[in-house]
Amino acid sequence: MSLVFAGICSHAPGITGRAHMAEPTAVKSLHAAYRSMSEQLKASRPDALVVIAAEHFANFFMSNMPSFAIGMADRYEGPIEDPQWLGIARTSVPGNADLSRRLIQEIMQSVDIAYAEEWKFDHGIMVPLHFLTPDYDLTIVPMNINCQGPPLTPLHRAWAFGEALRRAADTCSERIAILGTGGISHWPATPDSGKINETWDREFLRSWSANNKAALLAYNDTDTYREAGQGGFEIRTFISVSAAAKGLGSVHFYQPIPIFAVGCTIATMTITE
Amino acid sequence: MSLYSMQKFLFDLNRDPGVQALFRSAPGNVLDRYDLTREERAAIETHNIGLIYVLGANGQLLMHYAAYLGMPWPEYIAAMRNGVTQHGAVRAGIYAMTTDLNEKVANI
Ligand SMILES: [Fe+2]
Repeated sequence: MSLVFAGICSHAPGITGRAHMAEPTAVKSLHAAYRSMSEQLKASRPDALVVIAAEHFANFFMSNMPSFAIGMADRYEGPIEDPQWLGIARTSVPGNADLSRRLIQEIMQSVDIAYAEEWKFDHGIMVPLHFLTPDYDLTIVPMNINCQGPPLTPLHRAWAFGEALRRAADTCSERIAILGTGGISHWPATPDSGKINETWDREFLRSWSANNKAALLAYNDTDTYREAGQGGFEIRTFISVSAAAKGLGSVHFYQPIPIFAVGCTIATMTITE
Repeated sequence: MSLYSMQKFLFDLNRDPGVQALFRSAPGNVLDRYDLTREERAAIETHNIGLIYVLGANGQLLMHYAAYLGMPWPEYIAAMRNGVTQHGAVRAGIYAMTTDLNEKVANI
């Protein structure tokens, strides 16, 4: 089998941690959008969900920073954050070391990656799972792209990683879902938190939906930093999903919710040969 | 190396309940492990989020540290703005403030 589902969504910690501070109707529509993504995911009957996230120093640090890392364990713990602050209880999430190993071996044929038999989840993975698999009953394979500690993973390598992931998924007997998590423009964890460049976001989502490789890879970090903040570096995870799915995207939800620090996004992509 | 060390401390603390427990009971012993300037060490010892922010700590490390301290969100945002007011612009890293000092973003 191969890919059975591809999507992207926001992972900002405020979505769960500061829900009480947001405008209730916005929260309601966002939750509904997560719910319908969860249903779509379930309907694809996946055996495992690959989460391509941009983590925030839960596992990787500048002492030894991989451009790409893939988890290879049977269980993962999360969140590392104070559970009350994040609004998500600490839990254990099922993995599949054998499936990870097979994916890793194939991806390694074209992209140099690190693997990790220990991996703690932060909000980059926990917030999406909280909505999409609230019972934590689906096997997760965590993958990370360095969007946080410069020098960052080049965008064209994020694309190559997505292609390699697709090739690897194609060799597996399992039904694999993939999800890229991150923000588009945002200035998280700064006094600017809540600043959102909606025009930039919509332009990015247009290119992403059209799977316009040239446009996606034409972004550069200097312009992104200026126009979309350091949070904008997380477009890498969305770009790798485009490369893996090869299809066309549909944006089901996009709305700036300033107290969540991000233009909240839920989108899926068709899977094309 | 120094900003690196300060961030390394935050990284270790944020992800490791063992370090958190030790930092509660014997903060000095934990901080001795890191090559910190006097300013950095004092900022950590006094939970001075504003100064740690200005010294250039990555915002994600700092945000999780503020959460560990139990600091409510509006206080965390205010602490960073106070830091810039008192100590000037962020000195390093990619988490500089780009809004005005008294600007309210997201109504905070
Ligand atoms: Fe993030």
